[in-house]
Amino acid sequence: MFLQQLINGIVIGSVYALTAMGATLVYGIMRILDINNAGAYALGAYVGLLTYNATGSLLLTFIVGMLLTGLYGVLVQKLLYVPMLDKSPNVSLIASIGLFIFLSDLIRMVAGPSIKGFHAEVPFSSIYTESLNINGAWILIIVTTFLLLAVLWFLLNKTKIGLAWKATAQDLETAKAMGVNVNMMVALNYLLGYGFAAAAGIMVGILYSSVFPTMGDVPAYKMLAIIVLGGLGSPVGTVIAAMVIGLAETLIGGYIGFFLPRDAIAFVVLIIILLFRPQGLISKN
Amino acid sequence: MYEIVVAINVGIFVVLAMSINIITGYAGQPTLGHAAFFGIGAYTSAVLSGAFGLSFWVSFPLAGIIAGLVGMMLGLASLRVQEDFLAITTIGINFVVVAIFQYVPLFGASLGLSVPRPTFFGQDFGNVHFLVLVVGLILFTYFVNRRLENSWLGMALGGIRNNEMAAAALGIDVNKFKIIAFILGTFLAGLAGSVYAHFMGFIMSNDFAFLTSVTILSMAVIGGLGTIRGPIFGALLLGLAPEVFRFVSDYRMLVYGGLLVLMMRFQSQGLVGDDSYLWNMITRKKSWFSASTKG
Repeated sequence: MFLQQLINGIVIGSVYALTAMGATLVYGIMRILDINNAGAYALGAYVGLLTYNATGSLLLTFIVGMLLTGLYGVLVQKLLYVPMLDKSPNVSLIASIGLFIFLSDLIRMVAGPSIKGFHAEVPFSSIYTESLNINGAWILIIVTTFLLLAVLWFLLNKTKIGLAWKATAQDLETAKAMGVNVNMMVALNYLLGYGFAAAAGIMVGILYSSVFPTMGDVPAYKMLAIIVLGGLGSPVGTVIAAMVIGLAETLIGGYIGFFLPRDAIAFVVLIIILLFRPQGLISKN
Repeated sequence: MYEIVVAINVGIFVVLAMSINIITGYAGQPTLGHAAFFGIGAYTSAVLSGAFGLSFWVSFPLAGIIAGLVGMMLGLASLRVQEDFLAITTIGINFVVVAIFQYVPLFGASLGLSVPRPTFFGQDFGNVHFLVLVVGLILFTYFVNRRLENSWLGMALGGIRNNEMAAAALGIDVNKFKIIAFILGTFLAGLAGSVYAHFMGFIMSNDFAFLTSVTILSMAVIGGLGTIRGPIFGALLLGLAPEVFRFVSDYRMLVYGGLLVLMMRFQSQGLVGDDSYLWNMITRKKSWFSASTKG
């Protein structure tokens, strides 16, 4: 029973980690709380569903979904976020909320307000034993998350791009002066960040066999709780925080029982931890 | 009269936008959970006058005081948790408060709560009475904003907004002023909540959700933070927009989201904020006018 809850928690934590990773990457360089990342999550899920229905290939679903959503991110940063860099953080925050509202409603108008089925054939078979019950989709989620995070880790720590990313995250102006192509880094950052959010959206679509226009609402807020908990801008901290929240939700919900709804647990955990560690779990300093 | 109902609703949001202006505009503290305090005021008043049978004239000030007390705690927390961390914490508070309204039986849980109509010398409140009450509350909030702007406190708050360290170095007790701003702002939001609850006669947790907080902050920002005219203008604009844009009601959220994006991109100081296009035009005209009368 405990093992079952633990696996549930890890699956949910994985989804949270991918969703929040996009926002963390964006915050790392731009210092913007980009709520529209949750818009990318919903957009990715819809693009993924379209691709899957057209081709039937899960691999293509992920590639096309992530790529198109990533390009949307590149467009958005160019037209909206970069021109706002020198303004107060309130400005970009409200703009991102506006964009998120706009995108959700646009999806509703184009695709219709009803829930659409997403019945994908998963290449992993389910495992059922007496005490354990592991869905094939869960294995897909854990494997995909691990692969994507491994690629990100490699990119950030073992390549020149990663070095440039870290330099830009530390000080955009200095990095520029040292010859880092900052515009390129910011664009790449959004390509990756929105792509990750799209992957998370596709996985959740497959997990619950459905997509709908407002599917980004809950992740939008929870993602913020996770990136703040992770220390704002720290990729490692984000993964840890996502796992903490995922496990807290399943274990508290499954064992202790909580008088508040599940989605509120993330914020209760956030408020309690922030009062003791105002800089988040992992601080950059 | 339908116009009176609209006027009362918009008036309540004028108070809310002016109250968030004290916290975000004057003291420069980001808050995305103002609807929580609006809700705390509404539910306090609803429970006191419903379950405990108190008169509206007792529960109305108590609603403000309770919201202000919770706001004081947020103010204390803001000394530790700052900037972007604070913004997210206020979102968290909004969610937790709404969840409590939704799950605790005293607050009607998911069924909502009905609120008795206030009486005035034995006479039931009508819509006109509510309108008078809201106008009174707006004037009171205006007066508080005005006093803040012109007082030593206002100067201190401006100092905090512009440069917290410099303000502290000049001997301004930054912490004290921040907490005062939180108390005042949330107190006024609580009063607005009480009026809202009694006017609507029925409240649901969803009325005070995160989207309401976004609306309140958007009103202040779209009008122009840190001024008095800005939040009033923004609340009137966004409050009346659903009436004016009724013919596009299907695309209401699309238009609303798109407007927020465009405003932030091209006119982030607010439509009538200091140094905005519109305000510059108005003030330039005025100075041209006074110059021509002089000559």
